[in-house]
Amino acid sequence: MLELVNIHTYYGNIQALKGVCLEVNEGEIVTLIGANGAGKSTTLMSICGIVPPRSGEIRFQGRPIHHLSANRIVAQGICQVPEGRRIFPHLSVLENLDMGAFLRADAHGIKADLEYVFELFPILAQRRHQPGGTLSGGEQQMLAVSRALMARPRLLLLDEPSLGLAPLVVKQIFEILRVINQKNGTTLFLVEQNANLALKIAHRGYVLENGRITLSDSADHLMVNEAVRKAYLGL
Amino acid sequence: MNFDYFFQLFLGGLTRGSIYALIALGYTMVYGIIELINFAHGEIYMIGAFTALIVIGVLTFAGWNGTAVLVIAAIVAMLYAAAYGWTMEKIAYKPLRKAPRLSALLSAIGMSLFLQNYVRLAQTANFLPFPNLIPDFAFLKPAARFIRPSEIVIYATTAIVMAGLTLLIKFTRMGKAMRATAQDREMAQLLGVDVDRVISTTFVLGSATAALGGVLIASHVGQINFYIGFLAGIKAFVAAVLGGIGSLPGAVLGSLVLGWTESFFTGYVSSDYEDAFAFLFLVLILIFRPSGILGRKAMEKV
Repeated sequence: MLELVNIHTYYGNIQALKGVCLEVNEGEIVTLIGANGAGKSTTLMSICGIVPPRSGEIRFQGRPIHHLSANRIVAQGICQVPEGRRIFPHLSVLENLDMGAFLRADAHGIKADLEYVFELFPILAQRRHQPGGTLSGGEQQMLAVSRALMARPRLLLLDEPSLGLAPLVVKQIFEILRVINQKNGTTLFLVEQNANLALKIAHRGYVLENGRITLSDSADHLMVNEAVRKAYLGL
Repeated sequence: MNFDYFFQLFLGGLTRGSIYALIALGYTMVYGIIELINFAHGEIYMIGAFTALIVIGVLTFAGWNGTAVLVIAAIVAMLYAAAYGWTMEKIAYKPLRKAPRLSALLSAIGMSLFLQNYVRLAQTANFLPFPNLIPDFAFLKPAARFIRPSEIVIYATTAIVMAGLTLLIKFTRMGKAMRATAQDREMAQLLGVDVDRVISTTFVLGSATAALGGVLIASHVGQINFYIGFLAGIKAFVAAVLGGIGSLPGAVLGSLVLGWTESFFTGYVSSDYEDAFAFLFLVLILIFRPSGILGRKAMEKV
């Protein structure tokens, strides 16, 4: 479904990605783990067209997307929940969700999806008229995931959804990610520093080090891989 | 205390404030979205007035007259100015969007000087008379010593424009995209917002509004030249900062406060220092309330 072939991405003169190759198949949960500064977020921003790669190819459903503008890429069915949640602080919860459905015109479908996310996260329904900036960190993450779901993406990219959240909230959010994947068939590409958490939910995983993929295997194998255990699982 | 005199100054201040508001709205919208003080915004106001004068000239020559001429001239001026605003953004600001903010600011000042001098060369450096085509409303006859017909038109237009923009920003799809872009441009892109279009729309709306202000004040004052945009632009900028730059209600409130302050100051103290007083005001705001009356504190929690 998504293929990255030899992606090189730069910030000015600094090279962040040095030939990343990876693949995400339809219906999968794939995780990308790695240390701080390995290039995980850059990979997602390259896919989304915010920091377009300088060379290499990104294909989505067989078609190259790396030279499309960010908004066109969203229109292809890719949506990202970026690091730090990035809720619009002065828009209400409802308006934030509306922004998720920005490119959609099917009023009925939007309404149904709104009810669906309120079902997933009832707290958001309670807070629907509150400005997004007044929500707690956990609620903001729920809103960020819901906002992305409102776009009804075929591929959902998540950047460190567990960062800075209480364990209970993390559990709840990952539970819902699993549901989204299994029930709705949404493909997930999950960037995480918390490798333990990510590998539990994912089917396959990649390890990113200094802008290069150094390891790729099924999640179960990565879990027991000596190097991964030492470097990322703290065992 | 002479109440008549007070009331005249009050209405005079309201007129000034309304005009500042029409210009300040554009400043504040552009700032809200790309954090740029568009110093060429006052020039758009001036170009609006010039365009209207030319259209009025042509239509009058063709034998038209009356209010219809003014309405057509105002519409043409708004469209023309909107095209200027759109082009200006593409030429002077878009290439600098990722550059340091100072570069864009210098580009704005350069654009302002260019437009002023271009109009001076293409038109004239002299003052040109601007015909008053606003009808003498019969219902205003009893109040004629306080208020001129042009003033009523200015109040009404400002109120309508302000309400229209507020509704647009609050309820339309484009308005929501504008607010989202103002708060987090990259996130808006990640949700499919075409940010280039949002920015262009902002320039188009702001420019059309400023042009409308230019036409109205030209009708009210009765003359224009290439330099009118400069002072009006700077004053509107002061008003936008006073109200809290980036905030639409703030721009209107700041404009009215500045208009009244100037009017009462000239009326009761001295008319010699009118402009100096406006800038003194700016200095005081920057010292004591840098975020303005309705401005937001730098940032809430992320």
